[in-house]
Formats: sequence, structure tokens, C-alpha cells
Amino acid sequence: MTVLEAARSVGVVIPTLCDHEKLAPYGACRVCTVEADANERTSLVAACQYPAEDGMVIRTRTEQVDKIRKLLLEQMLAHAPDSEQLNELAQVYGADRDRFAKESSFCILCGLCVRYCAEIKQKHAVGFFDRGSKREIAFVPEVAMRECWDCKECFPLCPTSALQAAYMLTEALMEQPEDDEPGSGHACAGHKCHCG
Amino acid sequence: MTMINTPGELETFRQEILSQRDAKKPCITLCSGSACHATGSNKVSTAIEREIEAQGVVADVSFRRTGCHGFCEQGPIVVIYPQGICYLKVQPEDIAEIISETIKENRVVERLIYVDPNSGEKTTLEEDIPFYKNQERLILGSNLKIDPKNLDDYLAVGGYQALAKALFKMSPEQVVDEVKEAKLRGRGGAGFPSGVKWDFARKAPGDKKYVVVNCDEGDPGAYMDRSVMEGNPFAVLEGLMIGAYAIGADEGYVYVRQEYPLAVQNLEIAIRKAEEYGFLGENILGSGFNFTVKVHRGAGAFICGEETSLLNSLEGKPGEPNARPPFPATRGLWGKPTNINNVETWANIPLVINKGAKAFSSIGTDGSKGTKIFSLVGKVNNTGLVEVPMGATLRDIIFKIGGGVPGGKQFKAVQTGGPSGGCLPESLLDTKVDFDELSKAGAMMGSGGMIVMDEDTCLVDIARYFLDFLSDESCGKCTPCREGIRQMLKILSNMTKGLGREGDIDLLLELAETTRGSSMCALGKTAPNPVLSTLNHFRDEYEAHINQHRCPSLSCKELIAFHIDPEKCKACGACFKKCPAEAIEGGKKQIHVIKQDLCTKCGACLVACPTAFGAVCKLSGEPVPAPLPEEARSIG
Repeated sequence: MTVLEAARSVGVVIPTLCDHEKLAPYGACRVCTVEADANERTSLVAACQYPAEDGMVIRTRTEQVDKIRKLLLEQMLAHAPDSEQLNELAQVYGADRDRFAKESSFCILCGLCVRYCAEIKQKHAVGFFDRGSKREIAFVPEVAMRECWDCKECFPLCPTSALQAAYMLTEALMEQPEDDEPGSGHACAGHKCHCG
Repeated sequence: MTMINTPGELETFRQEILSQRDAKKPCITLCSGSACHATGSNKVSTAIEREIEAQGVVADVSFRRTGCHGFCEQGPIVVIYPQGICYLKVQPEDIAEIISETIKENRVVERLIYVDPNSGEKTTLEEDIPFYKNQERLILGSNLKIDPKNLDDYLAVGGYQALAKALFKMSPEQVVDEVKEAKLRGRGGAGFPSGVKWDFARKAPGDKKYVVVNCDEGDPGAYMDRSVMEGNPFAVLEGLMIGAYAIGADEGYVYVRQEYPLAVQNLEIAIRKAEEYGFLGENILGSGFNFTVKVHRGAGAFICGEETSLLNSLEGKPGEPNARPPFPATRGLWGKPTNINNVETWANIPLVINKGAKAFSSIGTDGSKGTKIFSLVGKVNNTGLVEVPMGATLRDIIFKIGGGVPGGKQFKAVQTGGPSGGCLPESLLDTKVDFDELSKAGAMMGSGGMIVMDEDTCLVDIARYFLDFLSDESCGKCTPCREGIRQMLKILSNMTKGLGREGDIDLLLELAETTRGSSMCALGKTAPNPVLSTLNHFRDEYEAHINQHRCPSLSCKELIAFHIDPEKCKACGACFKKCPAEAIEGGKKQIHVIKQDLCTKCGACLVACPTAFGAVCKLSGEPVPAPLPEEARSIG
């Protein structure tokens, strides 16, 4: 049992963004960071992944924990300023949605769509590309074309509605006429495309 | 070659090899690591083979291509045994003279020996060169003695004795205890006690277990592991076998980064030879212990040096970390208990077993035992690999071994521990290299990168450089690492462009705290270190960038301007000719003027201006004086 599961079982709320009951814990958003007394020391751990043990002391709201959550939310709000879920949490932790310059990718890379498609549907139609600050999600056109029309189960999972935008983009690109001008249309249908 | 089936046969075979070797016979060794490869050691090698034949000394001399000697600044290096005469920066055209003089006449070729850049003193023997004299090369030492493609060379210097000892004279528990007692700590970065780690994996339930070598060395400028793997892959393999025996593994993997082709080549030869001789495979040396090794080439990601990412990559998944716990010792490769150690750690194991824990732990400090290899680079005279006992001071490494800062410049800082390490100032040069001492000082041991910086290095820009590296190399999985590095990098880049704002330092500290506190793996947890350590020791440089838009080191391009002092310019035209941007106005007997709008700040004019005049200067944080009116520019 994880710390998050243990907390939920007794009605203690720990905020999460990348957690989903059907999916394996992923530990990406880190807003579930809590303070844990384990192995004779106090450390910050991700509640969604850290195993709960008998006698372990967990503090879910401390000055440091709140400060971390606030900053993480502010960083994510730079990408998805209108996300309802983020704004609700921002209110709780006093996060300023305009603190960092906007880089509206709409996506906070929680990976819910990617993991749902891989773990539950086992289709791998959407995945992560590149790494570090260049990381992004994208549909694999060949798979998406075949699998996504009748599924779309990942849509409601998205905490920022970015997925829909990405999906629409792929769809739009796939439908570009063959004789489009070079530089737009099929030539840029890869995951790197920013023409939308 | 027949299989060696017992420890007795191993010893007999070793004696046989030794009896065929005459210690008095001259032997020419040539370092052939990647660094010397780049400086032309292949051509030197061809020349040596040709000259040995041409001068008719085939029977009188042997020739051996070895791994890296460490003194890469001076490569290719030729050492002639038994005397140990050391020739530096050897070129193919030097070989005829080396053979005719040194090999035939026993005379030293003076022009090729070491000359101290500070005192001008000459040194003939390798062991007397200050760079080597002040080292203790327990690991790198064998690089000089063996041909990494020849297992017999390794056996001749006592190779595989430790394996035989472990298999026949020690129980797995005793091996673990010996490593524990030796207090060997992991050389890959975190410095976790290796014996304790082994014990976890040994005690973890499961029939199938794995051992892994981490050779995904990714720190910029660091190449300790490459040199060990290229120069003595046998020791790494022997260590791995002993570890496998201790924890109960029958399969091992060596994860080598793609960019190390020579390391892979030598390693694969070492594995094949070990299989032929019976050190790998079934019933090794008749002990009943079975073990096989496979090589896996990484695709070039810094994050794969992190153990859980490495294991994911090894399984064919993206190189991204998992949460720990569970630790690989309980759930590692393919969910099985796995022990993963760095190249240098594994290479220390035969030493621990051969010499015993007591002898091993007699070297070093209370908390850090044995030696450590550092990759000494940057603004230092003797760049290369240095191996020192734990507890040596940074000052000794940089000044005694490294020969200090070149060009009469002032030392400013030393960065240890790779991109996630820290920069230490002059006042902390007496810090001992020791896992705990370095951490206390705000840096870290890391895997042994050591970058020396002089007065011309801007520490804000250095922090920016490392954050830029980490922003590319973070896997991007968790928010604090990906976004924290992104925001810190933005702030630092702005500072170096003169766009720093009040409050930036506090924001950096806040971002650093969150990134350090909540990231998933060690990359994120340590990513703020370059910022924190430079802020801690060089805060005034940050303040100058923010408040005065001034770079005190005159290094940040967007904060400096080049200017020709009209009082000093002699209209020699040197800068005018060198300027690639045609940004200098001037003519015969006309004082030269830099057109600031055209200047690309490449610095060619500063280099071109004769030292006697010294008319070109760099300015920062102050306005560039207005150019003289054209009519006032004529001189004498």
C-alpha cells in the first residue's frame, strides 16, 4: 500500500494530478509530495509511490510541502493557465497563475493519456517524445488513425484538455490534401510539428 | 588455448607466462586510449613496428600498446622499460631516434622528455614526473603494464587471483563482509557503501539475480571510466564475477555508452578471452559457479547513468527513472534482485579481495577508503586522469599534480562532481577529497569530474552552462526537475544577457529548493547544485550581473564591449587585419576605432594587439568612451 492509498483509506486528502485508480503509480506531477519520517530521518516523498509502513509518520501539510506544491502549480500553470483542476488547487495553495511567463503547450505531461492507452487499452497510440524541457506528447498517426476514432477514452482523463487539442491537430494534419504547399501539410505531420 | 580448470592450473599457467618473459628485455609501451588515439597514437604505433623491423631489433625489444596513462595533455606517451624512460608528445618521426638512441645505445632523447613548465627542470623517468610522483595509482597503474587486448598480460600481473581466492577460499558471505569491512563506497556518485548494497541484493529473496556494470559515464569532460574500461577491462570483469558470486547472480550486463567504441571493443575481447580460458561460463575454475556476461550499448543519455533509468534502458524501455523504493537490490532488472555498480567500483573489488579489507582501508580517510580517479580538466597545466588516495586536498591535486593554472592567471574555482556538483573557491582548496568533506563544502565527489576555472571564467555563466546541459539531459518525467531546470535556466540566461532583475536570486533559491526537495531521482535532486554553490561562494558576481549589468570576469558576451584606448593605439593595423567582422576603422597612422554596432565580440583584436601596446581592452558595466572624431585620429 502506498502512502496515498493509506491516506485515502482514512479520509485524508492529498492532492494529485497524474494519479489514476486504474493505472500504476507514476510519480510525475509531484503535487502529492508529503513529509515522511522513515528510516530514522525526515524526507520529502511522493505519496503516490512511497510504500506506507507501520509506525510511519506522514505530514501532508507543512510549510515546506505547501511551498513546493504552490511552486509546482505555478510552473504548470505557465503551460495550462486555464486548466480548471490546476486553478482549483492554485486557490488552495495560493499559487499565482501568472508567476512564470506563459508557454502555453496546454500539456503538463501528467501522462494519463499515454499510460491509459498503454496500460488499459494496450494500443500505444499516444506517447512521449523527446526529453527534458522539450518533452511532449503526441499521437502516432498510423496507430491513431486506426484506433482512436472509436475509443477517445483518454479525452476525459486530461486535466488540462490539452489532449483534445493535440488530437485535433493530428487529425487535421492527417487530412491535409497531398498537393499542399511544401512546409505545411504532410511534410510536417511528424511529432515535432508546431505549425498548428 | 585449453581451459583452465582449477586454481592450481591457473597458477601453473601464470608461471608459464612469466617464465617466457624477460623482465630485463627492453619493452616499448605506447598509450593507446581514446585521448591518445586522437593525438595520433595509431600512426606512432605503425612507426614503432616499422622501425623495430627496419633497425633489426625485432629480437631485442618488445612492443606493447597499453591503455591510457593519464597524462593526456602530453600524449601520445611512450615509456621504455625496464628503466621507465618517458617520452611525451611523441610523433612518428621521433621513433627512429628513440630506437637508435634509447633501445640500441641506452641514451636518452633529451628533446622528448618532460620539462617542468614552471621551473624548466627536466625529468627522464616517468615515476619522477611531478604529475605521476604525487599520485597513487592502484587502479590506473595496471593500465601502464598491460595490453588491454591480451589476457596473458593481465594474468602476468596477478589477474584473476582474486577470483580464485573468492571462489575457493571464501564463502559468498565472507566476500560481502570483506567488501563491507573495506568500507569501499560506490565511485559512481552517491558514495553508498558497496558491501551494504551487495548485502541487500544477496539477502533479497529470489533464485535469479543480476549484476550490472554502469559504464554510462556522462559528465562533460570526465572520462575515468572510459579509461579504466579501455585500459583494463579484465579488472572490471573480475570484480563483476566476484560480485556475482557474492550475491548469487549467474548473469551480468555491462552497460556502455554508445560513444565509447574502443571500450566496447576491448571489453568484448576480454569477455571472449575469459570464456576461452574458462573464467566465464559454467563451472568456473571447477568451483561450480556459473556466470555469463553480455554487453549492452546505451544510446547516449546522461540520465541512464542513474541506476533505475539504466535498468529501464537495458530492458528496452525509455531511459527514465523509477521511484525508489523498491531499490534494484530487491526489484531490479526484469523485476529481479540486481546489484549495479560503477566501473571504478568494480575495478576496486579484485584489489579488496587480493589485499584484504585491512590493507585496502588503510588508505584514505575515516569515511572514504582507497583511491579515487579524477578527470582533471579545464584551466590547469597538466590535464589528464589523476588517481589519488582519498584525503588528498584539492590544492595538491590542482597545483602539485596539475601544475597550477596556465598563463599566469589566477585560480578562481574548481567544479567537482559533474553537472550536479558544485564550484568551490580558493578559500576551500584545502578541502580533502572525501565523499563527506566535499558534500559539506557544497560540492560533491560525483564520479570524479574536476574542472578548474581561472579568473576569466564567469561563475554565473558556468551555472547557466550546467543547467543548460541538465535541461537537455533531464528525462522530463517529473515536474520539479523539468520545469525547475527550465525556469532556473531562463533566469540565468537572462542574467548573462544583462536582463537580470531584482528578486532573481530569491526566485532561484525558491526554485532550487523545490527541485531539490521533490524531484524523483538524483538528477533532479542535485540539479540545483551548480546554482546553489555558485550563489553561496560567488554571490557578488550574481549581484554585479543583476544590479550593474556587469560581468566581473569580462566573459559574458552581451555584457562586454571591446575598446581601443586611443592613448595606447600605435596604428599598427594588427587588429584591423584580424577582425573578421570588418568592425575596425583605421588606416596608416590613424588611431583605430571599433565600430560597436558591427563588433561580434570575438576577441580577435585583443589577441592581435601586440602586448607592448596593450591598446585593446574589454569593458563591462561602464559606457564605451565615444570614438575620437575622425580629424583627431592622426598620429605622428
